[in-house]
Amino acid sequence: MANFLIKRLVLLIPVFLVVSVIIFMIIHLVPGDPIDNIVQIGSTPQQKAALTAKYGLDKPLIVQYAIWFGKLMTGDLGEAIILRQPVSSLIAQNLPHSLILGSLALAFSTVVGIATGALAAIRRDSWVDRTVMAVILLGSTVPSFWLGLLMILVFAVHLGWFPVSGARSWSALVLPVLTIGLGGVALVARVTRVAMMDISRRDFVMMLHAKGVPPWRINLQHILRHALLPVVTILSLRIGWILGGAVTIEYVFARPGLGSLLITSLNQRDYPVVQGCLLMLAIAVMLGTLLGDVVQALIDPRVRERTG
Amino acid sequence: MALLSVTDLSVSIGRLKPLDGISFDIGKGEIVGMVGESGSGKSLTAMSVMGLLPLIGGKMTSGSIRFDGIDLATLPEPRYRALRGRRIALISQNPMTSLDPIIRIGAQIDQVGILHLGLSDAAAKARSIDIMRQLRIPEAATVHGNYPHQLSGGMKQRVVIAMALAADPELMIADEPTTALDVTIQAQIIQIVVDLVRERGLSLMLITHDMGVVAQACDKVVVLYAGRVAERNGIDAIFGEPQHPYTRELIRCIPRHDQLRGSLTGIPGAVPSVMDYPSGCRFHPRCADALDICAGAIPALEQKAAGFAACHAAINAAGKVSAHG
Ligand SMILES: Nc1ncnc2c1ncn2[C@@H]1O[C@H](COP(=O)(O)OP(=O)(O)O)[C@@H](O)[C@H]1O
Ligand code: SF4
Ligand SMILES: [Mg+2]
Repeated sequence: MANFLIKRLVLLIPVFLVVSVIIFMIIHLVPGDPIDNIVQIGSTPQQKAALTAKYGLDKPLIVQYAIWFGKLMTGDLGEAIILRQPVSSLIAQNLPHSLILGSLALAFSTVVGIATGALAAIRRDSWVDRTVMAVILLGSTVPSFWLGLLMILVFAVHLGWFPVSGARSWSALVLPVLTIGLGGVALVARVTRVAMMDISRRDFVMMLHAKGVPPWRINLQHILRHALLPVVTILSLRIGWILGGAVTIEYVFARPGLGSLLITSLNQRDYPVVQGCLLMLAIAVMLGTLLGDVVQALIDPRVRERTG
Repeated sequence: MALLSVTDLSVSIGRLKPLDGISFDIGKGEIVGMVGESGSGKSLTAMSVMGLLPLIGGKMTSGSIRFDGIDLATLPEPRYRALRGRRIALISQNPMTSLDPIIRIGAQIDQVGILHLGLSDAAAKARSIDIMRQLRIPEAATVHGNYPHQLSGGMKQRVVIAMALAADPELMIADEPTTALDVTIQAQIIQIVVDLVRERGLSLMLITHDMGVVAQACDKVVVLYAGRVAERNGIDAIFGEPQHPYTRELIRCIPRHDQLRGSLTGIPGAVPSVMDYPSGCRFHPRCADALDICAGAIPALEQKAAGFAACHAAINAAGKVSAHG
């Protein structure tokens, strides 16, 4: 298992290099630049050029990248051009909000999704199954920002159970977590249900019945365990999505977070901040995939062997 | 009294009626072979005895199955479950797919002892390793901690057999236990099963499509064709004076000069589909001895010579061809 982990980590190094290049290129290829946002009206082209030179934006892209990456290796994400703060401290202020929201939403999707999916698979073709399927259909077709607005309207404005926006209290987390999490619940429930129904037709399940193993054991200790493999795959892909995809939800609920920071600095072409945010998201995606691989390896000995 | 007594068993799956009036007995300590080409209903008969038809959407539509005096057809599921793996055990056809691939071999055998004999984990493990040794699994203690994919097909089948033996069953049902295996180890596995069954005085229903295996192992034979019993007899009578033309064809197809067993490709004509069984005697389109009445009248399973056969042309116990009598 340690072997497996080391191999997986080493594999991430080239991925990280490629990702850093892509992140850097994308933002610099977008038209517009941060200097337009900080020069005063009526400044001369000379003043503008001076500012451009000050932030090193006059150098060739490859040189700019080398400087940025060199600093990155020492843990320095640079200085925000517009916000005039170290990027690392901006991220430090915002990341925890995103992490809390993201991990709660992930935990919610995982637990509720697996439970409902398993229930639907075990009671297949019953009213339980049909109800779950209907909710899944709804959950996977309704866009999450719309769901968020609807929830604000019903639970915050009309019923007044939760705050409309902000991040001051724990109760302010409920609606955003539900909004992000419900789509995940639908996805996880669907994958769990299909996987369980699929696995229940396999020969070894018939053998378990022939051994006299009670159905609840067969369902939970054998079939569900197998079904976790595809579930873990989609969940690990979703970790990045939840952090990045929380962008619109953070906006809808006016919460601080990596998403809000990213949108703001993207609008202002605040290159170092955008790069820092994207880098964080990329790392989250990579760690999510790694975590997924590790969990799969823990469940399935064949996965361990293939890469271990 | 027979340990297992199947009488007039009919099974339906949806609109299909794959089994029609199957009857046979298995006595204590007896090895009964069940032969027939693929699709004749051998596995479904096994599933019926195991009470597992609901898993594939099938149900018994008539007949009875009695095991040690217990009427299995009406036995409530929890009591049936207590019987499965405990008193009646199944050895499945394909060892490659019969084990849970992500659970250690040992745990899968131990499960039976823990579940049915109430053993502690440690006692179940000791028992499993002991059974594995009896099945001549080398380094049983190591294999106990292995995963299925680390074992060869033959070893996996021994593990499946160990699972079946783990709770000391009285009746074992082996559904073509060697079909999926390499020909070189088929006879070896059959011999291991037969030796164990004889040693312990167990009863065995040995499903196969190979008359050669029957000759090697069985006391009695039930020949199935297209969901019906064609012939039932003792091993000597079956080979000595087979009554049913289908039985004769099966015997004719045993590979003689070859040590290895071939499959039954030698009978002319195709096995009929369950969707479209022929009228009258279901074997009549392929039967060289067919009489005029064979296409219209279903031959009853009657006493013929030493055993039972369902054939209009067979000589019955009174020495008459039943079609004329
Ligand atoms: N799950 C099922 N659904 C529908 N038909 C089935 C099913 N299982 C078996 N059958 C049909 O029942 C007949 C007997 O099958 P089976 O008992 O598996 O034959 P055997 O084991 O002798 O090869 C075959 O015609 C087969 O197509
Ligand atoms: S009943 Fe007729 S068709 Fe059927 S096996 Fe006997 S002779 Fe052949
Ligand atoms: Mg079969």
